[in-house]
Amino acid sequence: MNAKRVDKIATAVIYLLVGIVILILVALLGFILITGLPHVTWSFLTSPASAFNAGGGIGDQLFNSFYLLFLTLLISFPISLGAGIYLAEYAKKNRVTEAIRITIEVLSSLPSVVVGLFGFLLFVVQFKLGFSIISGAIALTFFNLPLLTRNIENSLNGVSNLQREAGLSLGLSRWKTVTKVVVPAALPGIITGIILSAGRVFGEAAALIFTAGQSAPVLNYANWNPFSGDSPLNIFRPAETLAVHIWKINTEGIMPDASQVSAGASAVLIIAVLVFNLGARWAGNYVYRRITASK
Amino acid sequence: MDAVKKELTRKSKASRQDQRGKLISLACVTLIMLVVLSILYMITSKGLATFFENKMSIVDFFTKQVWNPSAKPQALVGALPMIVGSFSVTVLSALLAAPFAIATAIFMVDIAGKRGRKILQPVIELLVGIPSVVYGFIGLTVVVPFTRTVFGGTGFGILSGTFVLFVMVLPTVTSMYVDSLKAVPQFYREASLALGATRWQTIYKVIIRASIPGLLTAIIFGMARAFGEALAVQMVIGNASILPSDLVSPASTLTSVLTTGIGNTVLGTLPNNALWSLALVLLLMSLVFNLLTRFIGKKGAF
Amino acid sequence: MKKVNKGIILASMMAILLILTGCQSKSSQKNSVTIVGSTALQPLVEKAAADYQVKNSGVDITVQGGGSGTGLSQVQQGAVSIGNSDVFAEQQDGIDAKKVVDHKVAVVGMAPVVNQDVPIKNISMANLRKVFTGKITNWKQLGGPDQKIVVINRAQGSGIRKSFERVVLKGQPALNAQEQDSNGTVQKIVQATPGSISYLSFSYFNNQIKHLAIDGVQPNAKNVENNRWKIWSYEHMYTKPNASAATNNFIKYMKSEKVQKNLVSDLGYISIHDMKVELTSDDQVIPIKGAEE
Repeated sequence: MNAKRVDKIATAVIYLLVGIVILILVALLGFILITGLPHVTWSFLTSPASAFNAGGGIGDQLFNSFYLLFLTLLISFPISLGAGIYLAEYAKKNRVTEAIRITIEVLSSLPSVVVGLFGFLLFVVQFKLGFSIISGAIALTFFNLPLLTRNIENSLNGVSNLQREAGLSLGLSRWKTVTKVVVPAALPGIITGIILSAGRVFGEAAALIFTAGQSAPVLNYANWNPFSGDSPLNIFRPAETLAVHIWKINTEGIMPDASQVSAGASAVLIIAVLVFNLGARWAGNYVYRRITASK
Repeated sequence: MDAVKKELTRKSKASRQDQRGKLISLACVTLIMLVVLSILYMITSKGLATFFENKMSIVDFFTKQVWNPSAKPQALVGALPMIVGSFSVTVLSALLAAPFAIATAIFMVDIAGKRGRKILQPVIELLVGIPSVVYGFIGLTVVVPFTRTVFGGTGFGILSGTFVLFVMVLPTVTSMYVDSLKAVPQFYREASLALGATRWQTIYKVIIRASIPGLLTAIIFGMARAFGEALAVQMVIGNASILPSDLVSPASTLTSVLTTGIGNTVLGTLPNNALWSLALVLLLMSLVFNLLTRFIGKKGAF
Repeated sequence: MKKVNKGIILASMMAILLILTGCQSKSSQKNSVTIVGSTALQPLVEKAAADYQVKNSGVDITVQGGGSGTGLSQVQQGAVSIGNSDVFAEQQDGIDAKKVVDHKVAVVGMAPVVNQDVPIKNISMANLRKVFTGKITNWKQLGGPDQKIVVINRAQGSGIRKSFERVVLKGQPALNAQEQDSNGTVQKIVQATPGSISYLSFSYFNNQIKHLAIDGVQPNAKNVENNRWKIWSYEHMYTKPNASAATNNFIKYMKSEKVQKNLVSDLGYISIHDMKVELTSDDQVIPIKGAEE
């Protein structure tokens, strides 16, 4: 009887807490969307930004955000997948492994401006990559590696040992078991990691100011030669992302419609993140269904 | 005979494959460690330069309260107010966020069923992608006036910083914890319920216990985010390097001072090195947090 | 296995690509101008660069922020072509002013601003100093209502704070108060916080905050030009003495009548051609000969 009452009370408390969280979520998203959406028009989404006149858009910034995300994941995902596999499957449970884990986690608490400055000194100045998307992508990779690696490791650990045993007993090598059985089974968790790190890439400003830069040169979307200066695919051009643009107009923007542009850009950013999240989850589930035996 | 022996002792295809795989994944870890160590080296060498090259006193750094590294003739580098500020907002926001995150994650995995999760998960993950600036300005227009009317003071302070960080940390902790909850084998739940335990008993005595390591990782990453966050906190905490006497008077964090100052100083000079010392302190503090959380986790897990 | 391998091959291919093109871009650096530094000056230079590139398509100009300190240290090291700065190189720690060449491209005026609810329009220089040194803490002492003064200072080491303290505080230590880095943030905080006071560049005045006159002098371009309004400073573009032709041409363009007449005043700055006084790097204000013509 007593246990049942405790159960009821606990359930009520959980509902209350969840209710508060939902309330905060709804209020926050509602605030951003309601203040921002009225300013979002087709020309706002497609026209280039303006330095100080009203009526600037966010076209290039939107493209840059997605392109930078793509490049960052292209670099960081294979590395963290490999590292995650090592930590979860191969590493011995000893102090060295533990030390590696702690170091990686400590890295993730660095303020982004430090990572940005490190990227600036190393890639922009030392390696002469200049203010470019590629410098930004590498700096963001530093950022992503800890979270992604730990997330992948945890997801791999979450896969039941039965799966491994089954793979090994079929005569598969350990590596084959991991890549063909364990990683596919851990896919949903891995996708969460990708989405979380993608969110940070979308929202990051401080690290990019010093690496990818905060100016967007005029782009020619008909030019698909990645080596040409005004091609959107060129990885050596400076690229201001949406979050950096929001930061810039909020801190030093002097256009008369700065607050509207900022609100509109925030709303667009949220929608972009949402689209990416849903897309990633959908694609992840699709792949998951294809490569595992689950329904 | 020899042919058979050779056949038997030769490495099989699978074994070679495995070696190669191990090598590849080891290479990835090595690469990450290389990156981490080079960043750590840079911060440590620059951070220590304050004390060894510029001959500032380490004791003063941790105990004095005046931060003015460009003052002439005697520079003042007392980082205590920032250390206290960072420490307070991080711990408070993690303490505030943890129950909400745990409840939400449990709700999503064990109570709400599939549909609830399908709606809640993308929304929570959405919050990670909102740039800190936007959080900062919402904090400035909503949270600061709220704190001002409810708790008094100017509204700028550790309390406002905590509220803003709470919302920023929540999605990271929740989504990471959801995954560890999902990783708890289903038969744990079934076994517990079969023994006649109520849902709450199952959750509290079995599921949460089994997922303690995952919960701790989630909280560590949440605190890491809180620690490293600069732009949003800077706008609501007041960013004044004064030792905070209460939660509603202006304070500052290590990151906010670091971020505002770094563009205005020149590499290699004392004002710049002093900022790197702040970054070093940040690293050390998050290391301590990390070890501490692990220690507690080892005691709590079964 | 395949999947992971592919990823790694891809990554290594990218690395090779990177190195190859890295070499390429170095050889074509001749006509590219990289400008880094002051975020306050950035909108002006960015717009000017965009206009300039329309006519001179052979030149590739990149304008980035990063702060005055970054701009100065990077130009001194030769990592960038131009370093934008709000402060004189002589006044920045760690910069050898002899190694860089100063080009003043605009003048920026700054003024104290207060929240809308503060019923004061004018403040004396002495009282302003007392507010920012913490000797006056309530608006009552300045003839306003009984309300605490919330002082919002600017970031230590920033150009605007140096200029403000040079004129207003005259060497007295500033009150330890809130500090904010950027004009935009200060604008929003002053707008949202009752009883607050801070200072901003003229460009950031709007109708939701109130700017104050000092000793009856209004903060506007006319008063800055003849130094009746005393809180102003230069925006500098620093180059190396042996800067490339493309760099020098762009600097020339920045100082040209075309940019100074239109763009500079459009963005709320004051043209260097209109100044009747000059401020030297050791804080002396001297009249410019023949400025009246």
